[in-house]
Amino acid sequence: MSTYVEARDVAAAVAAMADGARPVAGGTDLVVGARHGKAPLPESIVGIHRIPGLDGISVADGVVRIGALTSHAAILSSPELASATAGLLDASAIVGSHATRANGTLGGNVMNASPAMDTGAPLLCHDASVVLTGPGGTRRVGLAELWTGPGKTSASPDELMEAVELPLPPEGAGSAYVRLQYRRQMEIAVVGAAAYVEVSDGAVSAARVAITALTPVICRVPGSEEALVGRRLGSNDSVSGENPAVWTQTTEIGDAIHAAGQAAAAAATPISDVRASAGYRTAMAAVVTRRAVTAALTRATGGSVTVPASDWSER
Amino acid sequence: MSIDITLTVNGVSHPLAVDPHASLLHTVRDQVGLTGSKEGCDDSECGACMMLIDGRPVNACSYLAVQADGAEVTTVEGLADGNDLTPLQRAFLEKGGVQCGFCTPGMLISATALLRDHPRPTEDQIRIALSGNLCRCTGYDGIVAAVAAAAEQG
Ligand SMILES: Cc1cc2nc3c(=O)[nH]c(=O)nc-3n(C[C@H](O)[C@H](O)[C@H](O)COP(=O)(O)OP(=O)(O)OC[C@H]3O[C@@H](n4cnc5c(N)ncnc54)[C@H](O)[C@@H]3O)c2cc1C
Ligand code: FES
Ligand code: FES
Repeated sequence: MSTYVEARDVAAAVAAMADGARPVAGGTDLVVGARHGKAPLPESIVGIHRIPGLDGISVADGVVRIGALTSHAAILSSPELASATAGLLDASAIVGSHATRANGTLGGNVMNASPAMDTGAPLLCHDASVVLTGPGGTRRVGLAELWTGPGKTSASPDELMEAVELPLPPEGAGSAYVRLQYRRQMEIAVVGAAAYVEVSDGAVSAARVAITALTPVICRVPGSEEALVGRRLGSNDSVSGENPAVWTQTTEIGDAIHAAGQAAAAAATPISDVRASAGYRTAMAAVVTRRAVTAALTRATGGSVTVPASDWSER
Repeated sequence: MSIDITLTVNGVSHPLAVDPHASLLHTVRDQVGLTGSKEGCDDSECGACMMLIDGRPVNACSYLAVQADGAEVTTVEGLADGNDLTPLQRAFLEKGGVQCGFCTPGMLISATALLRDHPRPTEDQIRIALSGNLCRCTGYDGIVAAVAAAAEQG
């Protein structure tokens, strides 16, 4: 016998989850998964979609906090996130269709833990963690510790994700997410990559790179990051130009971007499926990584990269 | 177990008892009796079932009716004022945006949401906004032209 309750606050949601109920937010993974036979709907469901205070975006004390119920559409229309976490906007902009983005939430995307989900790689590059609240209290878990396998997290079934938190990036930082796609909407990443860079005194002072749909869980690529840190960008003129080809292919940073791509391909252990062979995915890992790093560096140095960067880099 | 909910559909409130797993689409078609919204894929791919919930476009086939308890639901039947079609609906007729009509309810709902958020959309914005709505007949050009024409009439 199936049951449903709607939670009006976090405590009620956690209590229902402790009794065995699965939370549903936008339902665009949970309900749709049941529709196409992936997994039947849970017998006991708790609606969390109207809990006050679980949506919304705030920046305070150097921390960007995005409530679990924040929709992809709300992420896209946030000026704070557009400047702080452009790579997250690149991801939310290409989730499903406008209906998917109006209902699908960041919490659902992250907790669903698909290796192909779009917000994962940019959030990992932004060093994000999730705020989990269960019967025993609240804890923060980094994304690398949260995702334990395809569709699996280390959160216990009675822990509600309240928010994603990440450090407010300093001046001179930029991020981007690029996925390889056969069409621009209603698509799943064939492969994807995100990059976060900080640039100071004309050189890369920090770099984080993560890959999507290339490993059982979305993960960072230390080899790509090492290839970038410390490398000089060349003159400001060539860096902030609209045409990144000028500086990405012929300079010290161009070699570093190439090496970052090669390291991503070396880290990839993809599957072959109807969408692409493992060999093709591995080859494209290098391409999307180069594109993501290029877009992130362009943003970090004041250049314009329109959202979503996937379209920008194919232009 | 059935759950008591109230669905407000096109401004009319309906007290209903629904199964927790029932979709909003089946509930509106079978219990409320409004059959304008269609079932194409039952899987969030085609958009034939689209409704607005509190103004948000939703694939009603894949949305739990219980989650819409207390919300304002708009279906294609709620767009026109009696026999007075909206400018968007008239533009669909004038520009050849309708052939068999199966996709039309969802197209109209999707485009209504677009025009509310972007009263002057570019062609690219129109195509992106309608990418969750499949049409097997028109080849889309008439539909895109209709949305652009409705936007011009503002
Ligand atoms: C047509 C279509 C296209 C899509 N395209 C994309 C795409 O391009 N890229 C992409 O990444 N995804 C895509 N998705 C997947 C989905 O839309 C996103 O993952 C979305 O963000 C999920 O959010 P939701 O609120 O709908 O999740 P739900 O379905 O409500 O929940 C998903 C899972 O997370 C759990 N959960 C939800 N919220 C919480 C919480 N606060 N705490 C603990 N657990 C929670 C649920 O129990 C469930 O297991 C697509 C889906 C559809 C239907
Ligand atoms: S019937 Fe709902 S999207 Fe196709
Ligand atoms: S008019 Fe027939 S499916 Fe669109």
